[in-house]
Amino acid sequence: MPELRLLDAIRQAMYEEMKRDERVVVLGEDVGPKGGVFGATDGFWAEFGEARVLDTPLAESTIVGAAIGMAANGLIPIAEIQFSDFIFPATNQIVSEAARMRYRSNGAFGCPIVIRAPYGGGVEVHGGLYHSQSIEAFFAHVPGLKVVAPSVPYDAKGLLKAAIRDPDPVLYLEHKRLYRAVRGEVPEDDYVVPIGPAVVRRPGTTLSLFAYGQMLHEALAVAAEMAGEGIDVEVVDLQTLRPLDVETILASVRKTNKALIVYEDNRFLGFGAEVAAIIAEEAFDALDGPVMRVAGLDVPAVPYADPLAAAFMPSRAKIADAVRRLATY
Amino acid sequence: MVDRDRQTATVQARHVTLGLSDDDVLRMYHTLALARALDERMWVLQRAGLVPFVISGQGHEGAQVGVMWATDRARDWLVPFYRSLAACLAKGMSARDLMLGLFARAEDPSSGGRQMPAHWAHPRLKILSTSSPVGTQYLHAVGIAYAAKLRKTGEVCVTSVGEGGTSQGDWHEAMNFAGIHKLPVVFMVENNRYAISVPQRLQMAVDDVAVRAAGYGFPGVVVDGSDVLACYEAGREAVRRARAGEGPTLIEAKVERLTAHSSEDRQEKYRPTADVEAARSRDPLVVFKHYLEQVGLLDERRYTEIHAQIRAEVDDATAYAERAPWPDPATVTRHVYYEG
Repeated sequence: MPELRLLDAIRQAMYEEMKRDERVVVLGEDVGPKGGVFGATDGFWAEFGEARVLDTPLAESTIVGAAIGMAANGLIPIAEIQFSDFIFPATNQIVSEAARMRYRSNGAFGCPIVIRAPYGGGVEVHGGLYHSQSIEAFFAHVPGLKVVAPSVPYDAKGLLKAAIRDPDPVLYLEHKRLYRAVRGEVPEDDYVVPIGPAVVRRPGTTLSLFAYGQMLHEALAVAAEMAGEGIDVEVVDLQTLRPLDVETILASVRKTNKALIVYEDNRFLGFGAEVAAIIAEEAFDALDGPVMRVAGLDVPAVPYADPLAAAFMPSRAKIADAVRRLATY
Repeated sequence: MVDRDRQTATVQARHVTLGLSDDDVLRMYHTLALARALDERMWVLQRAGLVPFVISGQGHEGAQVGVMWATDRARDWLVPFYRSLAACLAKGMSARDLMLGLFARAEDPSSGGRQMPAHWAHPRLKILSTSSPVGTQYLHAVGIAYAAKLRKTGEVCVTSVGEGGTSQGDWHEAMNFAGIHKLPVVFMVENNRYAISVPQRLQMAVDDVAVRAAGYGFPGVVVDGSDVLACYEAGREAVRRARAGEGPTLIEAKVERLTAHSSEDRQEKYRPTADVEAARSRDPLVVFKHYLEQVGLLDERRYTEIHAQIRAEVDDATAYAERAPWPDPATVTRHVYYEG
């Protein structure tokens, strides 16, 4: 089975879906001859033509708003927002329009669009305040929208195919650090990874560590390191943030009796706050310690200079420290 | 019988020259008058405390019916806004459909009682559901038009907004996108000179919204929104252009807002009485009635017949909607996601 980078898995998923179904179109700034700023649509323009691989004006509301109309009239648009940081001009189209189309029409109109958005920061990304943000909590808050944040190539491909075939709007978040840093086996054949289920990436007994995206890999590294100290960390990849796999989260906590959530967004009201609240509400009796969070600092976003970016991020050292404290609680 | 001897060659020529039959213009009048009667009844129901909220299309009916008559109403799309009552009727929604929305009943085809009144939708009739923030629907219309072009369906999409909505970024973005791709879309602006209470001079530094179309690479035309036939003519040319692959047209219809913005608004706080009175003198229903009388298609007897029929239709719709069951509270969590 070929080993692919996360970026290649994403590209392959879109390519196969465009081949499979002529209703699938790609639109966004630079997705055409350039093939996307990260290369996710490399070669698509030449193969599928400019009508199906559409370079849009530099206007995010257009990208999402037009996609909504295309979907209403029989297309399956994949809308690319070049960096998640630029998604906010399209927020109204995503939240008030796409996510509510089905509810507000009493089920009559759906909105089968996928919005792809590279997100996330860290020293390796060098994105600064406006090329590094984690935006998932804003959008995971919205009923009617599905939010996916894959961490490994196999699931990235399968989840993107599921998103394209999904009858509802899906925000598909791609961590930029993982594009070229993570490799994994990806079947060449057609397969779908369902939107929803979380995945236990490493079973353990001492505590449960919940993460997604880049932080999943940090969590796995810390878990391996902790094994040497006799701390057996279970690592759960949330992978789909909405709908959230509450069952897997609770099952893990009931097994280990301790929970740590790691996410690189701002700590305050970040995605981990919801996970913590669910655990506190549903599995209080099982807990042998406080539900803990390691998250990005509460400054506007990831600063540019390396030492500042490093200080912002939930580093392995910060995670390891929290794991030790929770393990010995 | 209508006295055809009183017709003058000049006035008679107008709708005939446009290719409209006598039957066409009478049906157009019926649609205008039905829209007005429904709208007026809605206000009565609100004032009587039977429904919480009304937002009105009174004064806009001529522009809407005129332009919609120029479309293929079975094949083309409508992406409406909250004053599009007459356009939705012209597209095929019934008086009952509209009243069910007002009463927020389960059977309301637009939203099943989930949205405020006047947020129309009808998938079979190709009327797309809209939200309340203004101008956003322009982008959906261009997406629909893009899909129509790519799929070669031959469909045209009509969308409409008030002049207040033209201040929104989405409005400009949609015009830009449609111009670039020469999309089969007809953009309407129903300019009644007030965005709730804010007058046009505080919305834009130009007299005519239509001039902006040039900046996006397609024609913009100004029409008298009180003149149904002028609106039909503008619509016909816009639809022809769209269908022929020549791209979008912006039609700015100068219309009158005969009521307050909504049942929650008191326009006497910001609108001079003389302005409201002047608006009444340009009521499209009155203007169109006068035309039909002039060409001998409408006399007192036929007028009475039409309006008796409309009255019965509005009474039926009101009674039907009032008696219709509320949505079941158990359905409140339905249709957030696809249910199969």
